[in-house]
Amino acid sequence: MEKFNTHTGLVVPLDIANVDTDAIIPKQFLQKTTRTGFAQHLFHDWRYLDFEGTQANPKFILNEPQYKGASILLARENFGCGSSREHAPWSLQEYGFKVIIAPSFADIFYGNCINIGLVPIILPEAQINDLFMQAENAELELTVELVNNKLISQHTTYDFSLDKFHQYCLEQGIDSVGWTLEKLDIIKSYEAKMPAWQ
Amino acid sequence: MTTTTQNTMPTTLYDKLWQQHIVEEKAGETPLLFVDRHLIHEVTSPQAFASLKHHNRPVRHPERTIATMDHNISTRSIKIDAAGEGAANQLRTLERNCQEFGVQLFGMGHKNQGIVHVIGPELGLTLPGTIIVCGDSHTATHGAMGALAFGIGTSEVEHVLATQTLRQTKAKTMKIEVKGHVGVGISAKDIILAIIGKTGSAGATGYVVEYCGEAIQALSMEERMTVCNMSIEFGAKAGLIAPDKTTFDYLEGKEFAPKGETWTQAVADWSQLKSDDGAEFDTVLTVEAKDIKTQITWGTTPGQVTSVDGFVPSPDDFSDTIEKESCVKALAYMGLVAGTKITDIEITNVFIGSCTNSRIEDLRAAAGVVERFGKKVSDKVTAIVVPGSYRVKEQAEAEGLDKVFSQAGFEWRLPGCSMCLGMNDDRLKEGERCASTSNRNFEGRQGRGSRTHLVSPELAAASAITGHFIDLNNDLNKKA
Repeated sequence: MEKFNTHTGLVVPLDIANVDTDAIIPKQFLQKTTRTGFAQHLFHDWRYLDFEGTQANPKFILNEPQYKGASILLARENFGCGSSREHAPWSLQEYGFKVIIAPSFADIFYGNCINIGLVPIILPEAQINDLFMQAENAELELTVELVNNKLISQHTTYDFSLDKFHQYCLEQGIDSVGWTLEKLDIIKSYEAKMPAWQ
Repeated sequence: MTTTTQNTMPTTLYDKLWQQHIVEEKAGETPLLFVDRHLIHEVTSPQAFASLKHHNRPVRHPERTIATMDHNISTRSIKIDAAGEGAANQLRTLERNCQEFGVQLFGMGHKNQGIVHVIGPELGLTLPGTIIVCGDSHTATHGAMGALAFGIGTSEVEHVLATQTLRQTKAKTMKIEVKGHVGVGISAKDIILAIIGKTGSAGATGYVVEYCGEAIQALSMEERMTVCNMSIEFGAKAGLIAPDKTTFDYLEGKEFAPKGETWTQAVADWSQLKSDDGAEFDTVLTVEAKDIKTQITWGTTPGQVTSVDGFVPSPDDFSDTIEKESCVKALAYMGLVAGTKITDIEITNVFIGSCTNSRIEDLRAAAGVVERFGKKVSDKVTAIVVPGSYRVKEQAEAEGLDKVFSQAGFEWRLPGCSMCLGMNDDRLKEGERCASTSNRNFEGRQGRGSRTHLVSPELAAASAITGHFIDLNNDLNKKA
């Protein structure tokens, strides 16, 4: 996993609540056995006018020219609800997103983001509304300083909080499996004490 | 280490399961929990195995890992190639991975094959007091047995394969008590949809839910699975029901359940698995069972639900701006006009199946309605019945349910996830409207532009015959 320190990028506002993982990456694109190759199918049914994905939908916000190259997704409540498919954060990351900001995330999606180094930031509703106003009216660039838990725009600084271990994992880009395998002795001693039925 | 004081304090079922599975809890790290059973399938496991291979790491406990094929497979043929090239590649990859890492696979044609959340309980792989994970969000199903069960992403699948543990942040607790008894003809699906209607689609995000109360205790094991299955549809990490005699009776003698003395010890231990009197929950929700009517979703999230004797709502019915906008968007997508009577909505398709409603009791309930109507599927409707597993299929056929369905014009298919998510060719076309016993009515879920109404097996079966939704309790009783 790549280390995350500071990131500055363009914000694209996706003003839809309860964006589910079927919307982020529809099921017909889940048949790959790799972690890559999903970006072109991100938000497929909204992004393209046809099933084959050859005609871009000009009304979909990601297709609007001023948001080209955006790396910060501003979203509404319950973002990433639905299935556990990690293909959803994979496709967002491969598309170029480094950060997602929302008032709330679905639990599994949130964990999946942490595990792949895509930073999910939760802000209160009022601040989210404020950011939507800014991003919809002019080009909005934000800087995320992970170490200070700060999100900085030209005019305002927002504080966010992150679980300390999650923050450590993101900053260090740790191999979480390798990290846990260092603790095999502790795992073995747990196993030795389990009842027979377990 | 827990202190004596903590041990004497009343605790919730979730707290107990959590405590019993802590491998390591230390400052500055997310707690590490032991995973007793890991269920895997073809769609969310290949990248995890690939990464294990890349790092030259073995599966730590192949005997605690069980694989099946379900998401991608054809429901018309047991041939691996029957569901297209992409699916076949994933299925063969699963076969290779299971062989290479020594994991037991219930592949196509195997007597234990089926939807992962149907086979776990029916084989006795799902046990009370265990932690069960799977790369699928409907893993909450197994909570019906008093197991802490939840869906995980592929990076976590890899972590469990390699270490048999998982790092988890502790969730908040929510108690949902369903008081009293439901009315005649009200199913487990109606109970859970009514709950989701009350909480909204994200009402339990950050929580583990424990369902209790007379109406829950009165449910069979399979009905409890239907309730717990949809916990994720209002955001819950997991759903739990304390194990009791119903649970133990269901499990005893199952293929992978403990036997002999181990069984006796297990039941003694499992009998302790309940929330203590006075245990505190972060949130409590009480529902009166008698108020629950037959439910049906009208929108594009499971929380957009009403009763079958109701009307399609109007955006003006919602005061919250976001709910109002979501209603406008949902009505447009669903092709519905506010104020329409639910029973006036005509359908083109019926899907009876999925990890929510494809067990033998579901099929009996649906077939029962078909028999009571004594009529054929409407010629405007295409209806399929997809049993949850080979065992369910065999049982249904032994009882003659397949004949009831096929003679009425339903297609009787082979087990799999099928049209719940439409990864295979069981997919709706744009604009088609389906009465579905599955769990998600998201935009495009059953096919691009498809329109899904979530209902019980009884309502799905009846609607197949009438060609529109029907207030089953009223109309059918009049006919009978």
